[in-house]
Amino acid sequence: MRLTLYIWRQNNAYDKGRMEKHQVNDVLEDMSFLEMLDVLNEKLILEGKEPVAFDHDCREGICGACSLTINGIPHGHEKATTTCQLHMRKFKDGDSIYIEPFRAKAFPVIKDLIVDRTAFDRIMQAGGFISINTGNAPEANGLPVSKKNADLSMDAAACIGCGACVAACPNGAAMLFVSAKVSQFALLPQGQPERKKRVLAMVNQMEKEGFGACTNFYECEAACPKQISVRFIAMMNRDYLCSRVTEPVEV
Amino acid sequence: MTLDSKIPSGPLKDKWEKYKFEMKLVNAANKRKYKAIVVGTGLAGASAAASLAELGYVVEAFTYNDSPRRAHSIAAQGGINAAKNYPNDGDSIWRLFYDTIKGGDFRAREANVYRLAQVSNNIIDQCVAQGVPFAREYGGLLDNRSFGGAQVSRTFYARGQTGQQLLLGAYSALSRAIGKKQVTMHVRKEMLDLAIIDGKARGIVTRDLVNGKIESFWADAVILATGGYGNVFFLSTNAQACNVTASYRAYKKGALFANPCFTQIHPTCIPLSGEHQSKLTLMSESLRNDGRIWVPKNKGDKRRPNEIPEEDRDYYLERKYPSYGNLAPRDISSRSAKEVCDEGRGVSATGFGVYLDFADSIKRLGKKVIEERYGNLFEMYERIVGEDPYTTPMMIYPASHYAMGGLWVDYNLMSTIPGLHVLGEANFSDHGANRLGASALMQGLADGYFVIPYTIGDYFAKNKFDKVTTDHPEFKKVEAEVVEKTNKLLSIKGKKTPTMFHRELGKVMWEYCGMGRNEAGLKKALELVPKIREEFWQNLTITGEGNDLNISLEKAGRVADFLEFAEVLLWDALERDESCGAHFREEHQYPDGEAKRDDEHFAHVAAWEYTGVGKKPNRHTEPLVFENVQLAVRSYK
Repeated sequence: MRLTLYIWRQNNAYDKGRMEKHQVNDVLEDMSFLEMLDVLNEKLILEGKEPVAFDHDCREGICGACSLTINGIPHGHEKATTTCQLHMRKFKDGDSIYIEPFRAKAFPVIKDLIVDRTAFDRIMQAGGFISINTGNAPEANGLPVSKKNADLSMDAAACIGCGACVAACPNGAAMLFVSAKVSQFALLPQGQPERKKRVLAMVNQMEKEGFGACTNFYECEAACPKQISVRFIAMMNRDYLCSRVTEPVEV
Repeated sequence: MTLDSKIPSGPLKDKWEKYKFEMKLVNAANKRKYKAIVVGTGLAGASAAASLAELGYVVEAFTYNDSPRRAHSIAAQGGINAAKNYPNDGDSIWRLFYDTIKGGDFRAREANVYRLAQVSNNIIDQCVAQGVPFAREYGGLLDNRSFGGAQVSRTFYARGQTGQQLLLGAYSALSRAIGKKQVTMHVRKEMLDLAIIDGKARGIVTRDLVNGKIESFWADAVILATGGYGNVFFLSTNAQACNVTASYRAYKKGALFANPCFTQIHPTCIPLSGEHQSKLTLMSESLRNDGRIWVPKNKGDKRRPNEIPEEDRDYYLERKYPSYGNLAPRDISSRSAKEVCDEGRGVSATGFGVYLDFADSIKRLGKKVIEERYGNLFEMYERIVGEDPYTTPMMIYPASHYAMGGLWVDYNLMSTIPGLHVLGEANFSDHGANRLGASALMQGLADGYFVIPYTIGDYFAKNKFDKVTTDHPEFKKVEAEVVEKTNKLLSIKGKKTPTMFHRELGKVMWEYCGMGRNEAGLKKALELVPKIREEFWQNLTITGEGNDLNISLEKAGRVADFLEFAEVLLWDALERDESCGAHFREEHQYPDGEAKRDDEHFAHVAAWEYTGVGKKPNRHTEPLVFENVQLAVRSYK
């Protein structure tokens, strides 16, 4: 396969950035998208040029590090697929491919295709946990959880924290990410004591980080490599509303 | 040098209790006066950092990823073992202990493994309390399954994403501690060296991966939870960034490296498709429950698998190991696959693959049942290979997966450098020569949640710590060394990329020190590796600057350490002149191909001491004493 790549290059957060054109030949259909970029990078290094920087690690669709917007779609056009699991057989000889970072106000570019997603970590630090110290735990089977709720909780917990939902959302909202974590705990008995406090704290932090609001485009669900459902956003909204009404507001 | 394992005296089952009673405690009010550095935020690192912070210690944690949640523990699929005995099928702490010792082919310490089995149950309690959504039965209680040939069902799981869910649990505990300012988290910072002051590990030197800044951090103890070195083979199931640098730098500073030749090969990975390949993807071993493994009977049979009639197929595992068949242990099925491929009967584009065929199971159980059991795996396979495993047999091949070897640690998980503790896959301690399925997650969390919080307190309480800061001359010296090395890498300006050298090294290691090893091959590799290393330092090219985000510089530094470390691994494989577990020396086997141990000469841990680049390291041994189990020969016939 021969492909024309248009790749976003940006030296650092302060640089304006630009698209750079690259011609790649000898692309094999068995290559993953990132392996195709590896081959380009090897070529660039040998030509004395700087390779294209992109985040990646596990290359099996679970760590959530890879974060490319491919032809305008976070992780590309394949449904339920991370960039690292997208293979070149999904493209055609002669295609032009536009490769950009995940774009959102709350995800500033660090270099080329690498963005800063630490806002997600700060949301987690604000309340994405059950407060239990090591050694405090009661016997695991002391607390039955209905299989239905456990399964639903797992559906939410499958989130890999990649941020495709944010990049896909016209508002740059992080509602799918935050609601997945809020709902995972809200569906379990262990999560009940801090349920209200948690949703308030996490949403509050989400807003501080500059993520937008949800206006029901559902682009997040469409882009999510783990197919997290927007139903969790509805669950979180309900939880948030109830908590705002019943929890004393801290000023 | 005598290696003192510091195993408490007394009966096996009382050792840990006795230790906990006899250890010195740090007064609650004094804990904030001690600082620990934790490098790595996988299961072991995140759980240690969170647990130590909860106790009141000051903790600084480091990861080279953009978030602690990305560590490679996340990729573990199968599950986590514990001796809860919920299914009432006869499991116990003793049985988990025995299975682990036996699975490790009697090359692990009894006391460590027993402690691991003891705390395994606490791990499940802890994780459930954190909100880890383990699979459950309809009655609401936790579900268990049998895994990796275990005769009891002791594996807890969360779909095929157990590692992810456990890591997210530990990450949530860590996040809580960061939010409460009990842990200072440093992301995108890679540890490049260790600082030893007055004989104690007192800090680390890191490189900021965004701006290239070289910085020092001091502490009263350093904990390495930096994972395994499987990427020494270039292609492995490990993540791209997994590397040996932190462990290796500690080794160069005097920590001993134990049993590096114990590397596990996983039998069911998707085969290599070409030179561009960057990693090998693991397919859950559970597939072997319903798939039949075969290759063509005749060399060079190029027919499509479905066109090959039954009489021309060789179901080699069923033929050789009738009672275990396709479920033969990892090392045996891996070696058998290599054997048939070396005979020229392998399949796939490269000839290094065997079929894993579900046709019989689909006929027997129906497509729907197979889809329910393996739907997501089949989908993943189709995505990567482009073939439908419901109609065309899957192709699989073994790949490097896990490192049982690692830095030598005593019962306290402390290395031979005082204050330097090593947890999880980075240490050598619990799996012997072969790790059982679903035991890696257990060990990582045991070390982090339930061992280090006790043992580090004992270390703090028994030692005096002079105040140091990062202005100490030792830090300045180490920083200068790191800067010098970085500049050297940047200045070579040769003609080959870091990846090219890494791939070359991987090929040598896989060929001569992979699934099967022999004296001639290992000696050959010991000639080849130094040549690659020499060329590396003459002919490497990397672009960009040192004071910037530079992906080829990061890679080059890691490859440079692999190129030195590989020799230690080879020496260990050569000197361990026996077969045991995953270390298979072709000279030592029973007629049926089973590994032939030599308990008389090798029932010990081999721990290597650095003597200089390219020089043969010194081999020290820690005898393994088995007081509670009888050394037996594994038989899977």
